[in-house]
Amino acid sequence: MTKVASATRSLVIEREMPHPPEKIWRALTDGALIEQWLLKNDFKPVPGHQFTFRAPPMPKWDGVIDCEVLVVEPNARLSYGWASLGLKTVVAWTLTPTTGGTHVRMEQSGFRSDEDANYKGASYGWQRFIEGLERVVGGLA
Amino acid sequence: MTATSDTLFRTLADPTRRSIFEWLVRDGEQTVRALTDRAGVSQPAVSKHLGVLKVAGLVRDRPEGRLVHYSAEPKALAPLIDWMSLYGAFWRDRFDRLETLLNRMEP
Repeated sequence: MTKVASATRSLVIEREMPHPPEKIWRALTDGALIEQWLLKNDFKPVPGHQFTFRAPPMPKWDGVIDCEVLVVEPNARLSYGWASLGLKTVVAWTLTPTTGGTHVRMEQSGFRSDEDANYKGASYGWQRFIEGLERVVGGLA
Repeated sequence: MTATSDTLFRTLADPTRRSIFEWLVRDGEQTVRALTDRAGVSQPAVSKHLGVLKVAGLVRDRPEGRLVHYSAEPKALAPLIDWMSLYGAFWRDRFDRLETLLNRMEP
């Protein structure tokens, strides 16, 4: 199940996987395993650890995603800041045990600009803009 | 990442420019003077922001005598919307790869 909607401001992907949370946790937090399904990285499951994901460079993009570990709750919750292309987001993973395995939820949220992060007085954040964008997009159809 | 979306993101990264753009989207065509009154910054600053928005294709100008009216071009947001869908496609693909990996891993 995928919701790009609610709309443009957060992206949620949820899937039921026939594996225990402990195993999925390893795939989410072991750098070598992460590289096999996500991207090259120097991740460590330590809050405050700054790391990068590296995608193949493209024209106009060096492929670098600057990240910082925010939450580490073994086998349950993991989140990291994900900044690239001038936008800062948070990627949050939630693992919930089910009878047949694990419910895996990924939410990427808070699409806002680097500039906003440094602009404490901003009463008008990227987040609000994205919310406004829903209305704009609604009017495009 | 195309040059177009790069310009778009840079343009919208500025809070004042985003405010101006959203006023134009919400309230329709306005003069530089009217926008200046709302923005709380100088008219040259507003004109400069409008110039940047125009280069990004986000606004259109219509001179009328000594006044210039500006209106929004929300269609120029398309690359931003595409970018959001791109992230959706990216994560779906990575979920597939994660499942493939889990099937190969020791229990």
